[in-house]
Amino acid sequence: MNRRDFLKVLAVTPVVAAASSKAEAVEGTEYPEELRGILVDTTRCVGCRNCEIACAEANNLPYPDLSEMVPNKPMDTNPNQYMVINLFETDKGESWVRHACMHCVEPACATVCPVKALEKLPEGPVIWHPDRCMGCRYCMMSCPFDIPKFEYDSYNPKIQKCFMCWHRQEKGEDPACVDACPQEALMFGTRRELLQEAHARLAEHPDEYIQHIYGEYEVGGTGILYLSNVPFEQLGFRTDLGNTPYTEYSKEFLYAVPMVLTILPALLMGIATATHRNDSKETNAQG
Amino acid sequence: MKNEHIQAAVVAQPAQKRNLLRFVLSELKPKGKLLTPFNIITIPIMLVGLVLIAIRFIYGLGSVTNLSQSFPWGIWVGFDVVTGVAFAGGAYSLTFIVYVLNLKKYHPIVRATVLNGFLAYVFYAGALVLDLGRPWHIINPIIGNKFGLSSILFLVAWHFLLYMLSELVEFSPAIAEWLGLRRLRRILKGMTIGAVVFGISLSCLHQSGLGALFLMAKSKIHPLWYTEFIPLLFLVSSIFSGMSVIILEGTITHKIFSSQISEDEKAHEDEIILGLSKIAVGTMFVYLFMQGIQLIHGQKIHLLATSWGALWLVEVLGFVLAPMLLYMQGIKHKNMLTLRIASIWTILGIALNRLDVSVIAFKWYAPHHYYPSVSEVIITLTVISAEFWAFRWIVNRMPVFYEHPDFKDEAE
Repeated sequence: MNRRDFLKVLAVTPVVAAASSKAEAVEGTEYPEELRGILVDTTRCVGCRNCEIACAEANNLPYPDLSEMVPNKPMDTNPNQYMVINLFETDKGESWVRHACMHCVEPACATVCPVKALEKLPEGPVIWHPDRCMGCRYCMMSCPFDIPKFEYDSYNPKIQKCFMCWHRQEKGEDPACVDACPQEALMFGTRRELLQEAHARLAEHPDEYIQHIYGEYEVGGTGILYLSNVPFEQLGFRTDLGNTPYTEYSKEFLYAVPMVLTILPALLMGIATATHRNDSKETNAQG
Repeated sequence: MKNEHIQAAVVAQPAQKRNLLRFVLSELKPKGKLLTPFNIITIPIMLVGLVLIAIRFIYGLGSVTNLSQSFPWGIWVGFDVVTGVAFAGGAYSLTFIVYVLNLKKYHPIVRATVLNGFLAYVFYAGALVLDLGRPWHIINPIIGNKFGLSSILFLVAWHFLLYMLSELVEFSPAIAEWLGLRRLRRILKGMTIGAVVFGISLSCLHQSGLGALFLMAKSKIHPLWYTEFIPLLFLVSSIFSGMSVIILEGTITHKIFSSQISEDEKAHEDEIILGLSKIAVGTMFVYLFMQGIQLIHGQKIHLLATSWGALWLVEVLGFVLAPMLLYMQGIKHKNMLTLRIASIWTILGIALNRLDVSVIAFKWYAPHHYYPSVSEVIITLTVISAEFWAFRWIVNRMPVFYEHPDFKDEAE
């Protein structure tokens, strides 16, 4: 190795480092309170499942499986059903709970997607771009709520999940499930409006609710917020996820990348120069 | 198989005299016997594997795999990619020793190791194409349809690609020698140190990056395996994994391709294995220390009393500490057989560790855990077989184990 090689490598590395220095740009939004979402009041839901039917119709999905719900045996969503209503037997009687995408403020799925096929829109919904997705399923590995679903039986599989009826929102309509709810258990609005309403309900009827809004802080905040009259464990929620946004778990590693790519090659070249110093001229040219 | 390469050292010569294209075409033809034990085992596997791969692309991943909505990644990621890349860790470690530290003792094995590393990336990381649901979009992260800059997988994908190119550059002088292209060889040789330095930096990042992938599955991986240290643990273990694979691979190739191995390498074989073993021991010690720290600092000692704790102990004590002690025993008595057994033991431990993190301890709480289907295993074996075929094809044609007679004077 000679001086010219040394300089060549040194010249290349900052370019690479610069290319990766944008890695710190993590999914999220500047105004999380203005993100649209849905407030789910489980104390109002009566399990009529109109929302499930409306969801299927709005998204051109097959008619949902409306077989009888078994208490405390929650169903999962699947590629043909973006949302399910599950029945839970709790200390205070029966409760019906919506299970669908939470539209996190800083979603793990959109953070890990190598091609931004899953995207957190500034309006709030997390949507999927078929023209970008490679089908790596890293979103499914990462989502703390196990929401993205994959069409395993298709040669051209799609990632399927609730998109908060983005196609309806674009036309100025509310999500289909919200429109279909006869009990006003679902409320559509910005996170600011929803949190205001949720806190108002907790303050006005302290006996009817537990003083916790699921999704206010969980995993850094979610677009879908839940109210309940029993602790959320009893409604099948994971309460061990913490309040740290999932974007944080890979941030440090990504921060280190441009640094390593700048420092390490220079260091290695330095060592190589030192160790080759005593070589004959001929070998030097060989590297 | 033994007979087919004896003439190998002289076949490359006609290249300059004859038409280059005709030479390459003649080289494409198989050499040696068809009915070797290796072929008899691998040909049926690959034929069945190809049929299964066709079924997978027509009817979807669900038709051949046990993957599900709860278990989106199986052994094609956990073994083929995550474990395969750890096995290939020898290439960057050895190029560091040979080209950066300038320890010439290891020079005879560097080509074979780099070739193995390169093929491992091409085939094992390449096997990811089978696992991707929409593989026709695989170029999206490269061409910039959209860059997922916040994704560790995006980083790993880029590093795989760039590292494959680096390794190709590192190996390319052998290709130039095979084709008898003297000037090209000199140019490529001049690029070696740059490719090496670039390759080592990339390797450090994606070996750890493969571990960092799982940082995002925080709520799903058993706490004994989930730690912020996963990237560092993956990086350090890739070094002793690489050393052990080089030792094992040397043992096998010295048997099969014995006639090709240079006298220089044969004379230094024991010395090289001893040196590699010492590096393995050193890194294994660091690894064990780090595992101890993550266990104590994470306040996870009470978890050892569970059945998952038993698995963790088997992995860390049974498959890292035990082979490390065996390595030390072998080094002390300069016993090559002991060192070779220790290398196999270590390799098994690496596979266990990578599968634990990516598959076994993932959703450890699930009532119905994923296990690979027979088809998944056959396709994995197909990928491995194909890599061995490629390796054999190349070493029977290009100067990998020996110095090309025409270029001896120019070699180091």
